[in-house]
This record gives sequence, structure tokens and C-alpha cells, in this order.
Amino acid sequence: MRIAIVDESASRAAVIHEGLAELEDCDIFVVTERRGLVARIGEIEPDIVLLDLGNPSRDVLEEYFAVSRALDRPIAMFVDESDDEAASASIDAGVSSYVVDGLAAHRIRPILDLAVKRFNAFSRLQTDLAEAKGKLAERESIDRAKRILMESRGFSEPQAYAELRKTAMNQGRRIVDIAEAVITARQLMGGM
Amino acid sequence: MPNSLAIGFLPLVDAALPILALEHGFAEDEGLNLRLVRDLSWATVLDRLLYGHTDAAHMVAPLTIATTLGRGRPAQPLSVPFVLGLNGNAITFRPDLAQQIVGQGQLGDPATVGAKLAAIVKRSPRKLRFGVVHRYSSHNYMLRYWLAGSGIRPDTDVEFTTVAPPFCADALEAGEVDAICVGEPWNSVAVERGVGQIVLATAQVWRRGVEKVLALRQPVLEDKRPQVRALIRALVRAGRHFVDPENWDANAEILARPAYLDGNPTLIRRAISDRLLLRQGGDLVHFPDFMFQYREAANFPWVSQAEWLYTQMVRWDGLPYSPEDAALAARVFRPDVYRSALLGTGEPLPGASSKVEGSLKRRTAVTAQQGAMVLERNQFFDGIAFDPADLAGYIERQT
Repeated sequence: MRIAIVDESASRAAVIHEGLAELEDCDIFVVTERRGLVARIGEIEPDIVLLDLGNPSRDVLEEYFAVSRALDRPIAMFVDESDDEAASASIDAGVSSYVVDGLAAHRIRPILDLAVKRFNAFSRLQTDLAEAKGKLAERESIDRAKRILMESRGFSEPQAYAELRKTAMNQGRRIVDIAEAVITARQLMGGM
Repeated sequence: MPNSLAIGFLPLVDAALPILALEHGFAEDEGLNLRLVRDLSWATVLDRLLYGHTDAAHMVAPLTIATTLGRGRPAQPLSVPFVLGLNGNAITFRPDLAQQIVGQGQLGDPATVGAKLAAIVKRSPRKLRFGVVHRYSSHNYMLRYWLAGSGIRPDTDVEFTTVAPPFCADALEAGEVDAICVGEPWNSVAVERGVGQIVLATAQVWRRGVEKVLALRQPVLEDKRPQVRALIRALVRAGRHFVDPENWDANAEILARPAYLDGNPTLIRRAISDRLLLRQGGDLVHFPDFMFQYREAANFPWVSQAEWLYTQMVRWDGLPYSPEDAALAARVFRPDVYRSALLGTGEPLPGASSKVEGSLKRRTAVTAQQGAMVLERNQFFDGIAFDPADLAGYIERQT
């Protein structure tokens, strides 16, 4: 079976590719370039096309699938009504899949399940990364705000932190919000 | 939250009303919490709507009928209680080709330009290629209507290809297409880059052609009637705000933000104010009613609009005419819901829910359920009107 993975994010495509590599009897092709996409798909002659849900080329590709005589077997969007749960899970994970006409559902299902798993794993990785980045940025803001308070009001470091914390509690806001307000105030005063 | 609504959209100027309803607090005033979901292809907007990621969507009108009739995927009934706007698209040619069919600095006359184009098509060694944004888009139907009315057979004399709006200018530049039919700001982007010249506005093909609509899954519409009515009132307010020249600068700035169109506010403001720069280095041309988002109850979902779209689907998909399908298509547009949202407000409501499309040769007062209704001239460029009472006959006369 020939599987084409179309994704403008090369790293996500790699994660999915890796996940599908364990399937037997599958040739996997990764396409990350938007230019020449349709021609490339024509060369690959895939049985299944996996595409990230938000891919900007989807309308172009769907039209190609609808009219192309280059492909011997027409490709349709995989929305097997008997398997709506699978379709729904794949849309939720951010995968859209197109399958050649006549390919049996039991052959599609494991591929789709794997793709969904890998997509979910990838987006978890991204969330973790974003969170870690966010935490780091928060830490930096608090440090900068502490330094401002230490310089402008002669606080020690623990005093500066205590001041931020007290203000946050009084206003029912997060410490990082107060810290950012302090930084903004200093920028407005032309101090930084 | 029961009063939360997620709305999908594509980055186009005619996604303005939901965006402005959120940004100016009109939705909030109606007790709604809107969340907008931006995508880059209609396929994704539709998937999100069908699988419940969104409650409603900004959508090309023919796609709601195609989805309801199960064209290309299992049928799912959609409902349209509100039209987000009329027209607002243009046909942009490669500059060298444009200069052969139209004078500089003017929009062409559709019949004259069409005749010149037909001559070029006839002697061209290769087929000219037209880019449209989707098979089931008003762009496709307007462009084909104009070509066919000019003696050019769209499926044999020229070629059609699909290009996503943000990539239309690229496609012109790369020579992948000779012309595009797309919404703003994407024609103007092509002009700015010197790779396109605007030749016609689709409003010249059909003066009051239905364009984007607010689409919901029919069961969702039934489940969320009160929220949908509140949304309609918020969108009407957004429409009134959108057409007021006082607000053009501010609204262009809002629409240009990265979360929305991620575009150039100058180009967006031109579209909002019905002004077009037809070619690089030219003067701005004022084309009144280029976009039409509010006046004359522009947002009213006329059943006859849905029926006209069905006639074009039959025409270009090569379908047999089916009275059952025609009835299903007609029911997609829901004037009853629009009326129920606005009854008792100051907004005019037409007396009828269907009209003979393209039949008004002059300004005409029509009966109203509420307020006063005057409709301006509204014709197709070939002067042929569409009478929904003779839907089968209209289809039969189409070539």
C-alpha cells in the first residue's frame, strides 16, 4: 500500500512517518512542499493520502481528486458513514484522510488509528514545549520586575518578590501579571 | 457555556461581519460569547462545522447546497439563516492579457470584454486557464455564467483550476493561471505585485449576487435557535457599522490583524469603501456596491437565491434536474429564522421570501413585512431573469 503524508510542517510529517514505519507492506512518501503538490501526488499514485486538517492546499487537492483522470482510481475523502467515530477522532486529532475508491475499511482503520495517535503525540509535544517556553518567559519577567524594584525602591531581592506577591494577592492576579505591569510601567517611564 | 458560539472563517474581507460583531461588542450585547476559528481552506472550514469544532461558519454559498445534496461526500443538511454579503469578488487577468480586452483605468463592460476574450480564446494556441477558489463557490458560478454568456464554453474552450485565495497572486505570477476570480483583498494583492489587472467585478455579472453565507448544521440551528437569533441581530448591527464611512479606517485596521486577515489595511479599506486599484500605477476607481453587506436587506436569505445556485450546480456538475433536490436546496436558506430574529426591531423585512432574481431594471419599492423596502436595479449582465416559478424551464434553457 502506498501512503502519502502531506504536511507543511516537516517535523510533524517526520513524527507521523516514523509512526507508520512499523506497518508492513507500506511505502510511505512525505510531501512538505506546497508547490507542485498535485503533480507530486500524481507521481506517487497513493492509495491513502494523510493531510493535516488545516493544510491550505486541501481545496486544491480535493478538486484534483474529483476531476483527475491521471489517477486510475478516484480518491475520495474518508468519511465512511459506518465508521463515523473513526472519522470524528481523526478530525479531532487534526488529520484529514483521502482514500482510493474500493479500499476496504479494515485496511484503512489501522493506518488512520496510527496517524491519529502520532498526531496527538505531536500536538502534546508542542503543548509541553509551549508550556515550558511560557514558564521560562514568566520566570524572566519576574526576575526583571524584581530588579526594577530593587533599583528603584532599594529593596532586597526577597523584599522585591514579597512586594510583587502581596500586590498580586491584593488584586487577585498572578504574580507574572504584576511583574509584566511593572516592566511596562518602567518602559513607559523611559527607564529601560 | 450555553451562549458560546464558535464561528469558522477564511481570511477574506467578507468575513467582516462576525469579526466586527465580536470586536465591537455587538455579540456581547446580545449575551453571546463568540470565538472565531481561522482556516485556510473551505474543506477545513466545512470539516470543522460538520464535526462540531465550530457551531457556524463563513462559507461560500454553493458549498452549503452541495453539502446538503451530498456532492462529493455523504449528505449533511446545512442551514443558512443569514447572508454575510453580496458580491465583493473580481476577475483579475494577467496584465498583458488584460490590456488586450479592456481599456486602461476602467472596469470593462462585461459583454464587450467577454466578446474580446472569446476572440482571444478562439485563436489562442493553448487553452487559457482560470483559477477559482472552489468548485462550489459563487466565484466559479459567476465566472462560468459570464464566460458561457460570452460564447465561451467553460469546460471545453478553457481550463479551470482551484487556487486558495491567499495564493492567487502567486499563481498569476508563476503563470499557473491566466486569470483568477477571487474575493478581496486578493485581487488587490495581485495588482500591488504587478502580476494582475482587475478587469471585472462580479457585481457586473449579477448586480446582487449572493456570496458568503452564515452556515450551520441544520440540527444545530434547531438546538440553538435563541443563540442564532441573537447572532443574527449582532451581525445586522455589524453590517450597519461596516457600511458607515465613519468606521472604515478602524474596521480596516481590525480586519488586517494577524488573527483575522493578516493583511494590508490599505487594501482592505479599499474593498470596504468599494474602491479598486485596477492596475499598478493606475488611479483608484469607485465602483458603487462592489461589496454589499447591509442595505436593501442584503443579509436576507432569499429562497430564490438558493434555487438559482441549484440551477448552476445542475448546469456545471452535469446533473439531471430533480424536483426533490431543488426542494432540498431551496430549504437550505431560512428566511423564517432571519425574520424571527428581527421581528419587532427597526430592520426592514421584505414581504416575500422569494423573488424573480435579476428582474429589476430600475429602483423599485417592494412590499415589506416591516419597515419600508426599496430595491435598486438588479440584473444579470445578459438581461436574463431567473424566475423560481419556472425553475425547470430556466435549467432547460441553459447551455
